[in-house]
Amino acid sequence: MASAPLSVSVVSADQQVWSGEATMVVARTVEGEIGILAGHEPLLAILSSGEVRLTLPDGSKVVAEAADGFLSVENDTITIVARKAALV
Amino acid sequence: MGAQLRVYRQKIKSAQTTKKITRAMELISASRIQKAQARVAASTPYSRAITRAVSAVATYSNIEHVLTTEPEVINRAAVVIFASDRGLAGAFSSQVLREAEQLTELLRSQGKDVVYYLVGRKALAYFSFRRRVSERSWTGATDQPQFDTAQEIGEALLEAFLRESDDGGVDEIHVVYNRFVSMVTQVPEVVRLLPLEVVEGEATDAASVLPLYEFEPEAETVLDALLPVYIESRIFNAMLQSAASEHASRQKAMKSASDNADKLIKDFTRLSNNARQTEITQQISEIVGGADALSSAKN
Repeated sequence: MASAPLSVSVVSADQQVWSGEATMVVARTVEGEIGILAGHEPLLAILSSGEVRLTLPDGSKVVAEAADGFLSVENDTITIVARKAALV
Repeated sequence: MGAQLRVYRQKIKSAQTTKKITRAMELISASRIQKAQARVAASTPYSRAITRAVSAVATYSNIEHVLTTEPEVINRAAVVIFASDRGLAGAFSSQVLREAEQLTELLRSQGKDVVYYLVGRKALAYFSFRRRVSERSWTGATDQPQFDTAQEIGEALLEAFLRESDDGGVDEIHVVYNRFVSMVTQVPEVVRLLPLEVVEGEATDAASVLPLYEFEPEAETVLDALLPVYIESRIFNAMLQSAASEHASRQKAMKSASDNADKLIKDFTRLSNNARQTEITQQISEIVGGADALSSAKN
């Protein structure tokens, strides 16, 4: 398993909500929950409103609330784009 | 006190009052530019992310979608004009309106009908003074745009775009706004929003090739959801740019107004000193003349 962490940014319409590194991202798309680890294939998904859970390299967790958003994954860079997003 | 002197004093007073106002407006704008610029910067990651995603979908999927394919005949075009709510901002509103007029002429020469969507009270005033119709307008808070307004404008535009042109819809959407280049330069800019032209230089730097995305659910649904958001973010960006430009433009205009007031005050002070001195000289010569006459009458 690739040990390189994912670089994640959570962006809302008027600001960058969070950015940093994480080992795992769990988000809820319109199809269901999806968990992303390093080395995931490029993906563009529509998020349904709900939580996005990030597991950081030190084991702690960050939870963000995102509504009306997208999730894009490419080369271990994850961007979560939402009209409204906030950390919980 | 002589009449002339009184007139000058009045003029000095009025120039001083004007200066107080323009100076205050200059300072207010100067402080708000910073905030407006920060907001433009803060919204950049969002629009960059959206633009990147849209380019990816549009480039790597050969799906036919209303929003990306150019209609064969374009009958009606919508022009969205971003002006300001208040005046006293130099050429801010007029330059954007002039640009819009040029665009209108161009579109008309191509045989297209033009419908207007106006943002800002000045644009609305320009249109109502000339008794021209606009489709919709939004006023209030052009200097501090809210995302909700952008969303509303986006929805209205998209709704018009998706309607058939025989039915009052439009086939093309242009936006005209002032782009904030620097504190001293704001350029009116015309951008065609729809049908899509993904030509964002900032989004696709040559080094990073767009990856082959997997879509969830399928590409078409993603595009359906993505494009309205894209339009919103472009409109919001235009609004923020326009707000920053408005402040910069107002600051510049008010600065030169304050400088002019200074010059007026100086000129009128000179003139009033002159008038006062003339008055004194005249009074002295009257007294001397009177005394002379008295002393020569005694002898």
